[in-house]
Amino acid sequence: MAELSNQLLPVAVLAYLAAMVGYLMEYSFGGRGAVARTAVRPPRERELVGTAAGRVAPPTAPTSPAPTSPAPTATIPSKPAGRAVVFGRIAVGLTVVAALAHAGVLVTRGLAAGRVPWGNMYEFVVALSLVAAVAWLVLLIGRPTLRLLGLFVTLALVLVLGFAGMVLYTEAAPLVPALNSYWLKIHVSAAATASGLLLIAFVPAALFLIRTGYDAGKRRFPYPIGAKLPAAESLERLTFRLHAFAFPIWTFAVICGAIWAEAAWGRYWGWDPKEIWSFISWVAYAAYLHARATPSVKRTTATWFAVAAWGTMLINLYVINFVAVGLHSYAGVE
Amino acid sequence: MRTARAFWRSLTSMRTALILLLLLAIAAVPGSVLPQRSVNPESVNAYLAANPGSGRWLDRLWFFDVYSSPWFSAIYLLLFASLLGCLVPRLRQHFTNLVSAPPDAPSRLDRLPHSATDLTGAGDPPATAAKLKAGLKGQRWRAVVRDQTDGTVTVSAEKGYVKETGNLVFHFALLALLVGVALGSWYGWHGNRLVVAGEEFCNTLIQYDEYGLGARTTASDLPPFCVRLNAFRAEYLDNGQPVQFTADISYVEDPAAAPKAWRLEVNDPLRLDGGNVYLLGHGYAPVLRYTDRYGAAQTTVAPFLPDDGMLTSSGVAKFPDANVDPDGTKPRDTSAQVAFAGVYLPTLPADPSVGKSAFPAERDPALMIVAYQGNLGLGSGIPQSVYELSHRQIASGELKQVGERMLRPGETWTLPDGSRVEFVGTRQWITVSVRHDPGEKIVLFGAGALLVGLMVSLSGRRRRVWARIAPAGDGRSLISLGGLARSQQPSFADEFARVVALAGPPHETERPLAVAEKGH
Repeated sequence: MAELSNQLLPVAVLAYLAAMVGYLMEYSFGGRGAVARTAVRPPRERELVGTAAGRVAPPTAPTSPAPTSPAPTATIPSKPAGRAVVFGRIAVGLTVVAALAHAGVLVTRGLAAGRVPWGNMYEFVVALSLVAAVAWLVLLIGRPTLRLLGLFVTLALVLVLGFAGMVLYTEAAPLVPALNSYWLKIHVSAAATASGLLLIAFVPAALFLIRTGYDAGKRRFPYPIGAKLPAAESLERLTFRLHAFAFPIWTFAVICGAIWAEAAWGRYWGWDPKEIWSFISWVAYAAYLHARATPSVKRTTATWFAVAAWGTMLINLYVINFVAVGLHSYAGVE
Repeated sequence: MRTARAFWRSLTSMRTALILLLLLAIAAVPGSVLPQRSVNPESVNAYLAANPGSGRWLDRLWFFDVYSSPWFSAIYLLLFASLLGCLVPRLRQHFTNLVSAPPDAPSRLDRLPHSATDLTGAGDPPATAAKLKAGLKGQRWRAVVRDQTDGTVTVSAEKGYVKETGNLVFHFALLALLVGVALGSWYGWHGNRLVVAGEEFCNTLIQYDEYGLGARTTASDLPPFCVRLNAFRAEYLDNGQPVQFTADISYVEDPAAAPKAWRLEVNDPLRLDGGNVYLLGHGYAPVLRYTDRYGAAQTTVAPFLPDDGMLTSSGVAKFPDANVDPDGTKPRDTSAQVAFAGVYLPTLPADPSVGKSAFPAERDPALMIVAYQGNLGLGSGIPQSVYELSHRQIASGELKQVGERMLRPGETWTLPDGSRVEFVGTRQWITVSVRHDPGEKIVLFGAGALLVGLMVSLSGRRRRVWARIAPAGDGRSLISLGGLARSQQPSFADEFARVVALAGPPHETERPLAVAEKGH
């Protein structure tokens, strides 16, 4: 089983890589493709109960209807766009295959070790990236227009999972006594879920900043990427909704960690390096949500908070586990 | 007065709160980079010894006590002051909103982001309004009916005040958290110590190797109980990874009662009234029996501290009272004191020169010791570690090395002066932490309320709908509806459609119904 788990990991990484190529093809050949066109559609100008003769109330509202964006239809070469969509659909199919292999890695690992498969850093990273992959696919079900973001999501997944396989890998083994508690199931799964969701949330946040930069006329790298991205407003709204969903889960994970810490070490909070950086991330995401809720704070400023907060998550995951000596030394790396 | 008010206003602004949040995050960073006294005082001392210049300045600026430092405290206290200044008016406002009726309908409903006109009500305006109000209440809207002077009737309804409730609960829960933490630091205490198997300790400060008392706690506040370690067992995988630690202990809370047995494990503390006992660490204590040149024998159980995961352990056994002439007439000669410093390997590796244990359990135990004779320096007044010899005494030549040897359990080594040391065997030891924190329950409650408040505040959405009902002339009435959502909510369109369906069917076919939704 452990062997199978190890063999499935490269399968998952390669499938994500192939999906990434597919998204890239769609991205490159699609022009402002069907994906982008639907994404920049002025939001909600539809009739609900109206009949053919329906009388739409005159648009007298002081708030202007849609963010001004160039009329997309004029610039689309129709044929390549059609082909690009095929690439995009293949890419989604490949992402599903990759996610299944990815889930296989985790399940077989759990069977091999005879416990929940998130008992060391390698397994934690595999679990959190699986959450990210599944969250991405679920997101796609509701909004196929987001497919273009797949390029960046799969890029992140390939990096995270590839690093896990090459650097973090540890043999499947039973738990050390410190981790042998039912809180492992609750605290670590919540932390992995929140981290995976926040990883997905980081993608539209970063792309929103690129897109607004592009809209403001910036053309140096990475701003040209913004040319084909969905409208800034929809990216921003997605960013907020993902963070608003993930933040309570992260809060829950930290609280569970504190309860477990009380049972294991006698204190619910002891400023262990891992605890410090969880606190920093929590404060940073709280700052993002507050900034987002404040009308006087620009949306780009608020989104920078979210990007910085993801930076603190990365530090907590990669730097603290390797560098800092603390009680959370589950990394299995010396 | 004006400056005070201006200060207060700027303190309670969101901009200030955001800056304080950022500062709080940044101020927490040094605590993960530099060693902290609250976590590990030994590594702070080691850092100070290694960096005397910068270390002194960092220490002066509280960088080794970040989380109790004046600057860290200043940030979070200002943040909480800002929070309170923001919350109290909001609480008052929220309360007013909850008890007052939803505001009256604006004059032009069709200007709202969501609107529908020309719906038909079956009865006259008051009856239609009453029916609509009942329907809205069924969908859990807060609704009120108002008769207008022009003969029309308006219905105002609102929903989603739970969002603000959640918001307030979240922020007040943070205050509860702070209160709980403060109570813990005032009335909590802890003590840590090492217990060798067979030993007993009681819950008094002098029996702890290290302790901390809350600001409003005294030594007499510690509840009297005693704990004895009977045995300790550890299980390992073949690669040396531990899987299970179990300490069999017995404890007495009431001196009159018989001791009770308990299996102390990691993650499973012994919870007593007024204090909990936690298992933190474990190791080996070699037992050495020294027979001095006068034939007097003494036995020492010397806990050695683990250096690695395979429990290569180092420590020292000191015999300060060795080689005292039993005659008693001569002055006491401290220069004949004896100590054995060394490394204990629970499993000797295939190549003993490696000097590191091959496995954490005692498969092939060996003790590698160096014998020292001379003045241990215990009377010098300088505090000494029980795990190390005084480097000062060795450097000054007052304590001299007299030989080294590897001993197996049961083996005896005769020193050049004819005295003998026997490695009797080992005993296991554990480190325990005994702790009490009366603020814990408040913190837990605060954390729960915080989470609930957070979820409600992030998922709740405020929205309002209004209806204006005019007589249609034929005993029926004409309804126009408008809806407004506080924040952008895709789902509000569907909800508004349900309200439209509730109000009634379109009026006549020649005046078709229109429902409009505008972008915002």
